[in-house]
Amino acid sequence: MNLDLTKKNLSDVNYFLQHLDKKSNERDFVIKNPLGSHALCAGLQDEMSVTIKGHVGYYCAGMNKNAHVTVEGNVGTGVAENMMSSTVHVKGNASQSAGASGNGGTLIIDGDASSRCGISMKGIDIIVKGSVGHMSAFMAQSGNLVILGDADEYLGDSIYEAKIYCMGKVKSLGADCVEKEMKKSDIAALQAILDKNKIKADASKFKRYGSERKLYHFKIDNVGNY
Amino acid sequence: MSDTPKYLKGFSTFPLDTINEIQRSAREGIYQIRGLGAKRKVPNFDDLVFLGASASRYPLEGYREKCNTSVIMGDRFAKKPIKLDIPITIAGMSFGALGANAKDALGRGASAMGTSTTTGDGGMTQEERKSSKYLVYQLLPSRYGMNPDDLRKADAIEVVVGQGAKPGGGGMLLGQKINERVARMRNLPQGIDQRSACRHPDWTGPDDLEIKIHELREITNWEKPIYVKVGAARAYYDTALAVKAGADVVVLDGMQGGTAATQDVFIEHVGIPTLGALREAVDSLKELNMHRKVQLIVSGGIRSGADVAKALAMGADAVSIGSAAMIALNCNADLYPEDYKKLGTAAGYCHHCHTGRCPVGVATQDAELEKRLDPELAGKRVKNYLATLTLELQTLARANGKSDVRNLEPEDLAALTVEAAAMARVPLAGTNWIPGHNNQY
Amino acid sequence: MCGIVGIYLKNKKYNKQLGKLLTGMMNNMASRGPDSAGFAVYNKSNNFKYTICLHGSLNSKDLQKNLKTKIKSFKLKTISDHVVIITAAKPEKVLPLLKSIAGIELVGYGKSIEIFKQVGNPKDVVKKFALDKFSGSHAIGHTRMATESAITTNGSHPYSTGEDECLVHNGSLSNHNNLRRTLIKNGIEFKSQNDTEVAAGYISDSLMNKKSLKDTLTSGLKDLDGFYTFITGTRDGFAVVRDEIACKPAVIAETKDYVAIASEFQAMAHLPDVNKANIYEPKPGVVYSWGS
Repeated sequence: MNLDLTKKNLSDVNYFLQHLDKKSNERDFVIKNPLGSHALCAGLQDEMSVTIKGHVGYYCAGMNKNAHVTVEGNVGTGVAENMMSSTVHVKGNASQSAGASGNGGTLIIDGDASSRCGISMKGIDIIVKGSVGHMSAFMAQSGNLVILGDADEYLGDSIYEAKIYCMGKVKSLGADCVEKEMKKSDIAALQAILDKNKIKADASKFKRYGSERKLYHFKIDNVGNY
Repeated sequence: MSDTPKYLKGFSTFPLDTINEIQRSAREGIYQIRGLGAKRKVPNFDDLVFLGASASRYPLEGYREKCNTSVIMGDRFAKKPIKLDIPITIAGMSFGALGANAKDALGRGASAMGTSTTTGDGGMTQEERKSSKYLVYQLLPSRYGMNPDDLRKADAIEVVVGQGAKPGGGGMLLGQKINERVARMRNLPQGIDQRSACRHPDWTGPDDLEIKIHELREITNWEKPIYVKVGAARAYYDTALAVKAGADVVVLDGMQGGTAATQDVFIEHVGIPTLGALREAVDSLKELNMHRKVQLIVSGGIRSGADVAKALAMGADAVSIGSAAMIALNCNADLYPEDYKKLGTAAGYCHHCHTGRCPVGVATQDAELEKRLDPELAGKRVKNYLATLTLELQTLARANGKSDVRNLEPEDLAALTVEAAAMARVPLAGTNWIPGHNNQY
Repeated sequence: MCGIVGIYLKNKKYNKQLGKLLTGMMNNMASRGPDSAGFAVYNKSNNFKYTICLHGSLNSKDLQKNLKTKIKSFKLKTISDHVVIITAAKPEKVLPLLKSIAGIELVGYGKSIEIFKQVGNPKDVVKKFALDKFSGSHAIGHTRMATESAITTNGSHPYSTGEDECLVHNGSLSNHNNLRRTLIKNGIEFKSQNDTEVAAGYISDSLMNKKSLKDTLTSGLKDLDGFYTFITGTRDGFAVVRDEIACKPAVIAETKDYVAIASEFQAMAHLPDVNKANIYEPKPGVVYSWGS
């Protein structure tokens, strides 16, 4: 089914998709003329596939659950923020805070992601085929951030238990984030993520980064890390 | 200590508690972290009094003549505003900071009086949703436990920019309170010290807040009132910006507001008293022609019906209680003296929420300690306290000739100190003088 | 907080539609900044152009009388309460004269720039000044949500920072009060409590001391504390810089015909061929410039 935002109201389109007739077999939707709208496809909760043809604004597919959303264009701040499950695929570039506080599911960005990619992530898997901006994975609690390109400054600052895999160059690491050993099990786990998402890359070429765990309990000797 | 001679002269700049704190810092090398709110005395509602009835103003009879207390929250944009029976709500306090029994009790008490409770920096618990008639769901920088299902189950959504105890600080929960359930809800390893972000991860500034509020409305079909909570910093501007960002309700938390845990220096030295902030916020709403159209809830040191009445007289639509609600539950009650002693404190002085060893079972996750708080009995206590606040509020409103508590106005008040007169913009009692506002006597 | 927009034309194709294109961008950013708006349009002239704002009491006739005392020949272009004085007379002569006339405020000056700004909803402001009729080589615009200072014309952006130069800002500085006091000592004058005016004063001060715009914006990264995305307009183009934390948004769309910048992509969604444009975000702490 085609939905055209020059003909239909954004709120009406969102409402329609959020309250899909569960008996309907109509599960494929194409949204035309997004024109940089905000919160497009936010709050979806049913299994469906939505393709957005064009560039969107902030919070596209925010809090997504069960839907597969593809954006054939760029996305603004906070794409798939707080996503709970399923997938969001951005074919262009992503702006700041991509996948912010995501709890589950997979966010794939074909282009580059900007600053704070994966900030506060809580279980989501984010795969960026390009590069990520500064402060990515800031306070990332759990989940995997996989970067095929490079990472800017302060990667993984204040990270908890999330895992970062980066194939390219990392400009600098943030507080309490260190390079970790890529064990056989890590390579296998990463390869599984790449394969599952049909991304052609060799897991053994990645480096792993994670928490040094010095900030887990307040200690004055770690004052340099604060 | 008991045989310290009485003629010895102490230090004003270095009193005993300061000496103790400096030496503790020297031992431990870390700032003091504690719970509750500012302990030092600041100008507050005690410095204001009502004028009452006189030859020119007539009071209402206590029982026969009605004095309406209900208030509607969120009718600016929300499809389903909330009608509260009393203008007193329970402020945001997290499950994690408080135990499950405490949250349950608060819900029971609030529901019995037809008012709302608020979740905190940990997400919504099932118990809380079940026991609260109206539940306000907070969206905090940490986003612990945030999910769209709970967002839709809530009756209102509160975007937290800051709180009075620490405007500019994020949440904090020390490892001893991060047990298995809390850890699971917050997606953290058990037993570690939780550091929370102080800014939201996906927006900074009121221009982007507007877009975030729009997203929340889109996800919840524009049904739920959206509150924006700020700590008392620049209340005049913050209120205007919350209005411009599209809030239905502004929640303003003064410096006396409490917290489960943060640095003592933050609590005591950041944020301004509720009294001054409230006047600023009302001025801002009036200038924007939004007074009563965007509701204002004020918190931070509300203790009695007199405080409620004065806050309403100054222009608030409602108040919120946090520390006082905990005290109604039994916080600092004169029980279990040995356990207070073990913490190095005593009833009436305790601020040890951060330890997780709350002697009365309120601010703890420990199963044994939680047994000391029966949700049903505690819920009754909260209900009684809220009922008392309401009766006191009505008494004062009637004495000033009001049939609706929201008809209380600044002209019903006088100030007892010059500071309070200046902060509240109310004349010094017995004079016409408002410092900084007029030159009358 | 605010919305900022800018468009630089790489060739003459859209010169005549410059005003229309910017109008679309400003209208779209009205929700980010509903309190006031302003824009600077660059259209090269052989003469100097001095844009002033009239404050109620002074009318066009009196203005002409006052100007004739010192300036031999000039033309006036009046749009609403703003007047553009077009003359060959140089700034050394004209600026002191304008200062001496009561009831007017200098908004901007140069051989290319014209600045218009006013309180009110951006959609009304652009209509009032008929922005859609302007043509030129490049333009920047601003929609304002006042944070800590009053909503007045003097509190609106763009701020003039020198000949043919101006500044718009999205964000909130945190050390502007101290910095203002220092700049006052250096002879810079301020008309509002606005933090952006301080940034504009900082840039003017630095440019007057012969520093380049690029160096000024680079040292600004250290000297100006807080959150910001700045766009500075210059005679030949514009520059953009974000602070190193970079919380305030900025998106750039570049085609073979233009470079556009805005706080949100939405503001650029209507630009010609934007769906084929190269869209990217400026990195924090880096000065980007076009045209100069």
